[in-house]
Amino acid sequence: MMEILHYEFMRNAIAAALLASLACGIIGSYVVVKKIGFISGGIAHSAFGGIGLGYFLGINPLVGLIPFSLLAAAGIGLLSKKAKVAEDTSIGTFWAAGMALGVLFIGLTPGYAPDLFSYLFGNILTVPRSDLLLILGLDIGIVATVLLLYKEFLALSFDEEYAEVSGLKTTLLYLLLLCLIALTVVILVRVAGIVMVVALLTIPAAIARRYTRTLSGMMGLATVLCALFTLGGLWISWLTDVPSGASIILLASAVFLAVHGKAFFGGGELAGRG
Amino acid sequence: MSEPLVEIRDATVVIGGSRVLDGVNLRVDAGDFLGIIGPNGGGKTTLLRVILGLQRLASGTVRVFGLPPSEVRRRVGYVPQHLVFDRSFPITVREVALMGRLLHKGLFSRYSGSDRRIADEALATVGLSRLAGRSVGGLSGGELQRLLIARALVSEPELLLLDEPTASVDPEMKTSIYDLLDRLKQEMTIILVTHDTGTISRHVSRIACLNCTMVSHDSGKVNRQDVEHMYPYPVDIVVHGVPQRNLKSH
Repeated sequence: MMEILHYEFMRNAIAAALLASLACGIIGSYVVVKKIGFISGGIAHSAFGGIGLGYFLGINPLVGLIPFSLLAAAGIGLLSKKAKVAEDTSIGTFWAAGMALGVLFIGLTPGYAPDLFSYLFGNILTVPRSDLLLILGLDIGIVATVLLLYKEFLALSFDEEYAEVSGLKTTLLYLLLLCLIALTVVILVRVAGIVMVVALLTIPAAIARRYTRTLSGMMGLATVLCALFTLGGLWISWLTDVPSGASIILLASAVFLAVHGKAFFGGGELAGRG
Repeated sequence: MSEPLVEIRDATVVIGGSRVLDGVNLRVDAGDFLGIIGPNGGGKTTLLRVILGLQRLASGTVRVFGLPPSEVRRRVGYVPQHLVFDRSFPITVREVALMGRLLHKGLFSRYSGSDRRIADEALATVGLSRLAGRSVGGLSGGELQRLLIARALVSEPELLLLDEPTASVDPEMKTSIYDLLDRLKQEMTIILVTHDTGTISRHVSRIACLNCTMVSHDSGKVNRQDVEHMYPYPVDIVVHGVPQRNLKSH
């Protein structure tokens, strides 16, 4: 088994999985407790426009992804907070418009778009060293922001009105949280692809919530679970030669169903705990 | 005469095209324990939001400690009506109480040992010390209400605003919440919004009735015309002071 470590692409894949798990566990916990999984899916999908832009400009698509996903996060957040548009409507609009822009840019790009499939569905086995550095940098930014604003984000997630009474700029904090989600999406695209990113943002944290009493504990456990899912999925992909994005998501989904499956078979305890 | 703690003049609030408050005047002095009663939709919660600076006025003025409300939030504690939250939210009782310190902490800073001490004292005051490490999702309605009061106390307010703190608790717990408020009124000015027309008059120093407009009873007395004007249904009227007696003019 250890022989897989001889390959550089495998060492890169493991490093990417571990680095991605950190952002995934921390930000995923906010996604789950604040119930913004659908927004996260919208940000991820609309970010496809950024990948198309990357191809069109002939730069690393991940670099195109960063400004695009940040714009999508700010757009969805502002539109639903300020413009009196129902949140799911503005999410749906950005979701589809972003994907359409991506298709448009790729259509305008002459020739074939290499690796397009791996951005859509993830391929952790092709992460180059340069992307690892990018992921590391984003990780550091996300962890530092959450460390500095932990009590503010906790108040925002638990009781937004009280956070406002306490003088916090709640709209600004919320937009910042959406931007952190956007950056996490950028990190996770290599692992699961923009189509399946939302599973990694929700599943580990949702399982972790059942076994923890504090948000910080939830983040820690979610990080560990995310690492287990990505490394486990990677291993399955290695053994059976199936696409790694799919094996990671299916492993996570299977564990999720196993943990929550008790409710189906007469456990009944789930109703109170969600 | 000293400066009033809260002074609202001709306050009108329009929400979604309808007048929720219409020319409301209110003066609260230091040491008052004011009870505000009135029917649902009468604007009680809106009035508290005006005092907190969360609700914009269409016309009129509001001054708290002589200043605009948004500048004095540090001196005002707020107990919301009922906290709508996810029962599975991973947060402990102590962490919720600590949120009361948010007002006193800058961005980026962390809660200190003295913050924790203040939070633990407030939890002791409301009788929740035993549950400090528990998950909030496991609290009963009465315990949750007392936790929200503790969180407001943690902010060390001079003025405490409570929005129907006894609405969803059993009678025994109701008594214990009023006992708690009786102790707190020695130390701070309290404004309490409630449906409990029967019980509050034994505890408060003044009552105001609010149904878009406001009638204030400086002596702490309510008369039947006022109440019937406010409520479309029969109401028990109780007079303050000991011994209890009914109004003559029934």
